Amino acid sequence: MRVFVVIPAYNEAAVITKTVSEVSALYQAVVVDDGSTDNTALLAHSAGAAILSHAVNRGQGAALQTGIEYALNRQADVIVTFDADGQLSVKDIESLILPIKDGKADIVLGSRFLGQANSLPFSRRMILKVAILLTRFYTGLKVTDTHNGLRAFSVKAARELHIRQDGMAHASEIIEHIKKYNWRFIEIPMTMFYTEYSLNKGQKLSGALKIIWDMLLSRLGK
Amino acid sequence: MIQLIIVILVTVILWRTAWQWRKSDITGREFFVWVVFWSAIALASFVPKQADKFAQIIGVERGADLFVYFSIIILFFVVFKILVRQQSIQREITKIVRKNALANPLEGKDNEVNINKNAQSGRSDSDI
Repeated sequence: MRVFVVIPAYNEAAVITKTVSEVSALYQAVVVDDGSTDNTALLAHSAGAAILSHAVNRGQGAALQTGIEYALNRQADVIVTFDADGQLSVKDIESLILPIKDGKADIVLGSRFLGQANSLPFSRRMILKVAILLTRFYTGLKVTDTHNGLRAFSVKAARELHIRQDGMAHASEIIEHIKKYNWRFIEIPMTMFYTEYSLNKGQKLSGALKIIWDMLLSRLGK
Repeated sequence: MIQLIIVILVTVILWRTAWQWRKSDITGREFFVWVVFWSAIALASFVPKQADKFAQIIGVERGADLFVYFSIIILFFVVFKILVRQQSIQREITKIVRKNALANPLEGKDNEVNINKNAQSGRSDSDI
């Protein structure tokens, strides 16, 4: 079973070696260097990842789609998406991919609200809860977490997935795909470790507003 | 006085537009639309009473108000068109960047091992 773990990274030199080393010890790590200006790509390659380099920064959604296409070209059986910033645990991947290996799901989503979100600040929790409510309202799917970087796709789902949202709105777009293509989905509890580094790099309120704006714009352009 | 300012402004705009048309930056149709639009504004500034009458036909009190309403509608339409176009350009850029990235991957440790093994044994990637 070929499990590819796609890790989008933009200027993550401080943490990428640790993340990739842990992932590549068990799975095939694919780092999509999204136009970094530091040596993220070099460090990730030294740590054992395949590297795809975006010449300019295109956003996390764009980077994920690139990595997923690479994995499909390399005959992946399961494709996992994973964050570079050290918030996720490699240990969670095993239970994440199990429903796909067993043919029980087309997509498996990690949920910090079924599991643990250590040191999650109140403001971040509120933003996430609003995002979850909006997604539930829009798709009718009872998901408990939406903007979580830990997901696993079957080959069928990965082939049907076409992320058009280059930025962070891709997370909502992926949930919309579940509805659109009638994917069987399962949520599994996972642990999210918030660090000072990841909180500085992560989404703020302005980021949340941009996600809503991007989603509205994409609907106008359809 | 206001007529003079409007005429000067319209002349400058039309001169620039004609120049862009000659350089083929805009099409003949776009040039025509701009000439009609700006000429109508210049004309209306000389015959404000007639412009008011025209505006009243479509339920607006003054010609100047009609112009403002009309301009806002056009501006909204232009901004919308630009946003949609900009989104489409962004998508095209992403496609190019992605194509380039996928064409030049730096293989990882596991894949390199697999590729070397396959080269020796003549197996394809999918057999692994």
